[in-house]
Amino acid sequence: MRRSVSIASLATALVLGMGALGAGQQRFELSAQQKPETAEVKIDNFSFGPAALTVPVGTTVSWTNRDDIPHTVVSTDGVFKSKVLDTDEKFSFTFSKAGSYPYFCSIHPKMTGKVIVQ
Amino acid sequence: MGGKRQDEILHDHNHDGIDRRGFLKCMAWAGTGAFCVMQGGVLKSYSLSRLPGLGSKEAMGELSFVQISDSHMGFNKPANPDVAGTLKAAVDKINGLSAAPEFMLHTGDISHLSKPEEFDTVDQILKNAKPKDVFYVPGEHEVLNDDGKQFLERYGKSSKGAGWYSFDKKGVHFIGLVNVMNLKAGGLGTLGHEQLEWLEDDVKHLKHSTPIVVFAHIPLWSVYPEWGWGTEDSAQALAYLKKFGSVTVLNGHIHQTMQKIEGNVTFHTAASTAFPQPQPGKADSPGPMKVPADQLKSVLGITDVNYVQGQHALAVVDSPLA
Repeated sequence: MRRSVSIASLATALVLGMGALGAGQQRFELSAQQKPETAEVKIDNFSFGPAALTVPVGTTVSWTNRDDIPHTVVSTDGVFKSKVLDTDEKFSFTFSKAGSYPYFCSIHPKMTGKVIVQ
Repeated sequence: MGGKRQDEILHDHNHDGIDRRGFLKCMAWAGTGAFCVMQGGVLKSYSLSRLPGLGSKEAMGELSFVQISDSHMGFNKPANPDVAGTLKAAVDKINGLSAAPEFMLHTGDISHLSKPEEFDTVDQILKNAKPKDVFYVPGEHEVLNDDGKQFLERYGKSSKGAGWYSFDKKGVHFIGLVNVMNLKAGGLGTLGHEQLEWLEDDVKHLKHSTPIVVFAHIPLWSVYPEWGWGTEDSAQALAYLKKFGSVTVLNGHIHQTMQKIEGNVTFHTAASTAFPQPQPGKADSPGPMKVPADQLKSVLGITDVNYVQGQHALAVVDSPLA
């Protein structure tokens, strides 16, 4: 299966696996059985699209800034935090636990979004 | 405050909103520049074309300084591919002022991405300005990856907290505030408890007649909260300044000139030296506004401020770069 995925996905799967190892063997097996899922959020016109995204556990979500102005992607609860993203730059985070993850742009805090992991 | 003349503009955007006509009037105003005099808490603006008709008392003062803002060094998108060039044009404009300003205020967003070379470029360009002293407050673009550490090392060595401070020049008390740190999801600019306490203490012993100039990046009045153009706890800060007869608040962030008067307080935002942003709510987002290349310099600019001692007046002049 892994031969058919890109190096980036493989790296994501490895990181996911390593992260999961710390979290316990059970979750590692679960992740290994699942095909890595990905989802995308686009940043356009000072907003996250989609603003609310629902994904299964183990999904890697990537955010791409398509504005002429830099933005960030920062978890309200401190779970993840991107560096500043200039135009066309990307940030990815893999959600290994179910839950609701509100986030915002720390430069333009009126920009908010949410990832729901089930 | 006298009768309104044809080319005298008293802006109160919260009150009158901005229709297309008002927008064009503003554009024309930015394009020709404005001369503003504050007397008894009322700020009057005149078209720069009327300046020759104004007396020297109205145009000059004991203290003259310049505000520049939002240089965004490093920005290279179509709205302005040459922000270094337009900052140089701003310096030329400053050097061409008839009354040489004593110092400059930079109300933030010096850099676009907080990169050292962006700050270096701005420093190089500003070295060519006649006024040698520059007083800075950070914009959100200065504090992107390090909570403002680099900004403090470069510009805020003698400041308090995240970079706030005050100083006195010829009887005017200047207060530089920081409202771009620890922004909360869904919120506006924030001053924070520690800074507010400092402010209360800073002004406690000043005479009520002391003219106050407050400068900060994000507007300290509610320009357009939907776009984050305001400061959560600015009311508390302004409460500490209530006792003063003359308070002038100078902000940047919104890349356009606006004024508002509330009692003893005159609020003023400066144009950017880099690119214009749309009027509140007049676009899908506050992103850079692309104007025809030959019109760009007419919507960028500098602000020249004069204090006339004894007249209880601060004159605020917005000049476009072309």
